Amino acid sequence: MREQTLSGDHQEIVRLDNACKVYQMGAAEVRALAGITVAFKRGDFWAIMGPSGSGKSTMMNILGCLDRLTSGSYYFEGNDVSRLNDDALSEMRLRHLGFIFQSFNLIPQLTVQRNIELPLYYLGWDALQSAQRAKELAEQVALADRLHHRPSELSGGEMQRVAIARALANDPQVIFADEPTGNLDSATGAQIMEVLTKLNEEGKTIIMVTHEPDIAAYAGNRLHMIDGNIDRIEQGSHETD
Amino acid sequence: MRQTRITRNILLGIENLLLHKLRSFLTMLGVVFGVGSVVAMLSVGEGASKEALSQIRKLGSTNIIVTSIKSAEEEATATTHSHISVYGLTYEDHRRMSEGFSNIRQTAPVKLMRKDSRLRERAIELRVVGTTPTWFDLVRRDIIAGRILLPQDQKNLAPVAVLTEFGARKLLATESVIGQTIRVGGDEFEVIGIVKSESGQAGNIQIPDQEIDAYIPIEVARQYFGDIFTKVTSGSFDREMVELNQIIVQVDETDHVEATAAGIERMLERFHKKKDYIVSVPLALLKQAEATKRTFNIVLGSIAGISLLVGGIGIMNIMLASVTERTREIGIRRAIGAKRRQIVFQFLIETVVLSTTGGIIGLGVGVLIPLAITYFSGMMTLLTLSGVLLPLLISMTIGIIFGLYPAMRAAKVDPIVALRHE
Repeated sequence: MREQTLSGDHQEIVRLDNACKVYQMGAAEVRALAGITVAFKRGDFWAIMGPSGSGKSTMMNILGCLDRLTSGSYYFEGNDVSRLNDDALSEMRLRHLGFIFQSFNLIPQLTVQRNIELPLYYLGWDALQSAQRAKELAEQVALADRLHHRPSELSGGEMQRVAIARALANDPQVIFADEPTGNLDSATGAQIMEVLTKLNEEGKTIIMVTHEPDIAAYAGNRLHMIDGNIDRIEQGSHETD
Repeated sequence: MRQTRITRNILLGIENLLLHKLRSFLTMLGVVFGVGSVVAMLSVGEGASKEALSQIRKLGSTNIIVTSIKSAEEEATATTHSHISVYGLTYEDHRRMSEGFSNIRQTAPVKLMRKDSRLRERAIELRVVGTTPTWFDLVRRDIIAGRILLPQDQKNLAPVAVLTEFGARKLLATESVIGQTIRVGGDEFEVIGIVKSESGQAGNIQIPDQEIDAYIPIEVARQYFGDIFTKVTSGSFDREMVELNQIIVQVDETDHVEATAAGIERMLERFHKKKDYIVSVPLALLKQAEATKRTFNIVLGSIAGISLLVGGIGIMNIMLASVTERTREIGIRRAIGAKRRQIVFQFLIETVVLSTTGGIIGLGVGVLIPLAITYFSGMMTLLTLSGVLLPLLISMTIGIIFGLYPAMRAAKVDPIVALRHE
């Protein structure tokens, strides 16, 4: 096990400091994160791996500002966000983060365009600008001709591309992808991973949770977790530990 | 900016409701019926009470009306043929009233009789009212043409008559009737004026004038026709001696009306052996009618409240189901960055749109019902602005009250759990 000590480095975008997350399951306490210290750099592509129950989803929720630590600290771009209230966390997600999920999580009654526009709606963009931005994003994921379709009319791969477009709408600092290929066949999964790789090459920081080594291989860095702890970290294609 | 946000929220709400048209329609049905019945009941109630109040007001709020009636004993003995019933108010009663009470401003004695009359070849049965000039002041009738009775007509025993507009029309004469001679019973009268006619009942008081009246000086009536009347009813004669059929009394202030009425009652009790008179106070009736209206409004309000409550619960029920059904959507919105209050707002708007739409439809239904009632039954209905705005406001409020809990439930959804929700 290895600790990274990169505090003060402004290349660092997220950093956990002795992060603990404890769930109360009836009488038993479950330590989903057992004091993790780790930092990811801007522009990195990380895969968080581990068996189920290893704490990788909790890690993702914490980093994605969907959940709060029981103890320890979480710094986002050097700012402590571990004590923020619910509204401030919502604001963090709205302005700085983007999400891609295994089951796509598009809103079924909204068209592709309206799904992509969703973050812009909460950002307070006007309708015209939002429509323009949605169109550009749809083009970016090769879905310009699907703007007025509903999610139910799309294939799995197309739905996930809509989700990616939506995650990009607010021009986030970090994109979180939770098993993005879990519901897709391997060929479509590969296409999605190519889109994500391309985004990373263009400078986006991506943090992805997966248990598939093939998928994790797309990421430059891999963090293996076990029982709420970091098992090992593989940085770059050359570095193993 | 804020404005467009709200508009977009409302549009989003409408869009979501349109996704389930039948469900939304059924959900708002409770409010539709609630508001519809409130509007309908309010306008029917408002119309009915306005009708009653305006008729009572016609009698004058400072007036006291004393009417002669046949007492119960008299009614029982009046079966024999040659019997004369003697009852009712007397000239003496009138004198006592006009002189003995300091609060009484003026009085009008009224002598009523039915007479066959004719104007040239046109014949009609007139109700002849023998009275004094004060009568016109007390019942506040507008002069349409000519003049009303004057004190000198009284003094000179002038055979003059004032007709009502309706009566004049019946006699096929309008302004040109003035100056013409009308035959009443066996005597001739000169028509000197026409007044506006009013008719109807108010409470249990007969309004002093009817549609086809001829007003003549009371002294003339007394001299020409006397105090004894013969009524022919199915072969038998009823002979009655009544001096005055009615005395209308005007009191100086509304505050003194009830005390004066009681005083008149006491005075009459002293001089009449039998109770052959009724003292009616329009003001008391007015107060009673107003109290009745208040009670009516409270009852209507409660019924309306209950129906709207039921409607509101229906909406809440469906919205709670909708929140459960849309847990995932809520989770997605939260993950993307929607704050709790934005979720609350979204669901609240949806409920308010639902209840207000129901309110507007209900208003339409509620406006049609009184129109139909008026059309088919001729009953007066009145749609007041508050009778329209209040139910609308209530339906919106219901949306807020019954939407708040489901909306809070929606906002409490944990995005992490919601996103895994299948």
